[in-house]
Amino acid sequence: MNWLQALGARTLAVMQGWGHAALFFIGLMGVLPQSLRRFNLVIVQIYAIGNRSLVIILASGLAVGSVLALQMYYALVTYGAAESVGLVVNLSLVRELGPVVTALLFAGRAGTSLTAEIGLMKAGEQLAAMELMAIDPRARVLAPRFIGGVVAMPLLAVLFSAVGILGAWLVAVGLIGIDAGNFWSIQQNKVDIWRDVGNGVVKSAVFGVVCTFVALYQGYETQATPEGVAYATTRTVVVSSLAVLALDFILTALMFSTP
Amino acid sequence: MNPDPLIEIDHVTFGYDSSRTILQDVNLRFARGKVTAILGGSGCGKTTLLRLIGGVFAASSGRVVFDGAVVDVRNQAQVYKLRRRLGMLFQFGALFTDLTVFDNVAFPLREMTDLPEPLIHDIVLMKLNAVGLRGAAQLRIAEVSGGMARRIALARAIALDPELIMYDEPFAGLDLISMGVAAKLIRSLNDITGATSLVVSHDVPQCMAISDHVVLMAPLGRIVAQGTPAELMASTDPEVRQFVRGEPDGPVKFHYPAPSMAVDFGLTAAP
Repeated sequence: MNWLQALGARTLAVMQGWGHAALFFIGLMGVLPQSLRRFNLVIVQIYAIGNRSLVIILASGLAVGSVLALQMYYALVTYGAAESVGLVVNLSLVRELGPVVTALLFAGRAGTSLTAEIGLMKAGEQLAAMELMAIDPRARVLAPRFIGGVVAMPLLAVLFSAVGILGAWLVAVGLIGIDAGNFWSIQQNKVDIWRDVGNGVVKSAVFGVVCTFVALYQGYETQATPEGVAYATTRTVVVSSLAVLALDFILTALMFSTP
Repeated sequence: MNPDPLIEIDHVTFGYDSSRTILQDVNLRFARGKVTAILGGSGCGKTTLLRLIGGVFAASSGRVVFDGAVVDVRNQAQVYKLRRRLGMLFQFGALFTDLTVFDNVAFPLREMTDLPEPLIHDIVLMKLNAVGLRGAAQLRIAEVSGGMARRIALARAIALDPELIMYDEPFAGLDLISMGVAAKLIRSLNDITGATSLVVSHDVPQCMAISDHVVLMAPLGRIVAQGTPAELMASTDPEVRQFVRGEPDGPVKFHYPAPSMAVDFGLTAAP
């Protein structure tokens, strides 16, 4: 019966972990208003999390858009639909790739940075020092970063998609020779601002909540040792990525279930 | 001891988990306005005791009383009220590495008060002047030495003029000059501000030099002896003598409990 006991203990540990994370999330939500009252702290974090992720987001967006246009052209030209390449790239980016790839890059770039920063603050007793000054570190340290991440993610995703479409334009119009008027007009006609772009932004906001929360939680709960911080940063990437992929499927099913 | 202590540790037992007890039925009273040193080997629960006083952890049993009120960790408002009356110097300073020296000392003033910035500026410079580092106000934390970091942390700890200042290993890792400076500062700040000071350390000479009262603690928080520095230095108790003289072996064993060498090297079977 040892395996049964082990399974039970493991299940209980997982449930306890989920419960702990849920209570942590509720606690974080409770201190958000304090952070909003000191918006200058949030602005610093939007800069740190958003602006400093711009290079990798823009470079990736350009590469993804260009390659996608090239691949779509090869497929669509067979059916005489090469003019639709802009539309296909646009919908792929604003509905799926923009939010998802941005979230995955965000987890790797900003998420790990947040986890390591909070973890090292914990290891250096900076969080304990704040606690003993009667300052809630969740309100002073975590909440501004959380809001910063949630605000930055949709902005980054929009920029990713915009640059991706520009990359597609460069390839489709500049390289392949598709008519520029066709390239843009088909997108204007077929892409809906609310259904397509709006849902993509909502998706990326949800991913922003998830990725930023996972990064902060892993940092705050890390063991205050070098191995602990290394393990926490790895977990941030793994947990955030899996959560984004799973949530993307659910959100896509909810948002785009009708043609 | 003072009949009206600022802090009372009343039959406190505590462990970080149920399998490992750190403090077992500890009873202590810390007098107001005095410097009390808590001496003891590593891992005997000195720092844990400070954290219990600060309301970071709840005692498994017993109670911690601060100025007549029982510290109730579940009551966050009460704990935060208590913490506004204390300052703590951490072992390695726990300075905020993204801020300058000035901003570190200003941090509790900006967070906890509504004082105007010109007044905060003046208070910070006064506190830094008290620890001899007014000239270092604009340095970044990465640019200061370990001894300076400890003094900056001390300036931050006294920024709000606390009634209780707790020092966690203030002499650890300091050179002799920095150690002497830190000891002198602890004593003079206590005398000038009239605060109560608790110094947790295993540095016997410095603690004996600056303390009014010394508590010698053993594993599980067992109180081996307490009294004035002169009383402890004159003690004939073998455990006290071993600690204050720094003898490697005595009642406190040098070796961690282990089987005999013969057993470990496989020369004889374990009993």
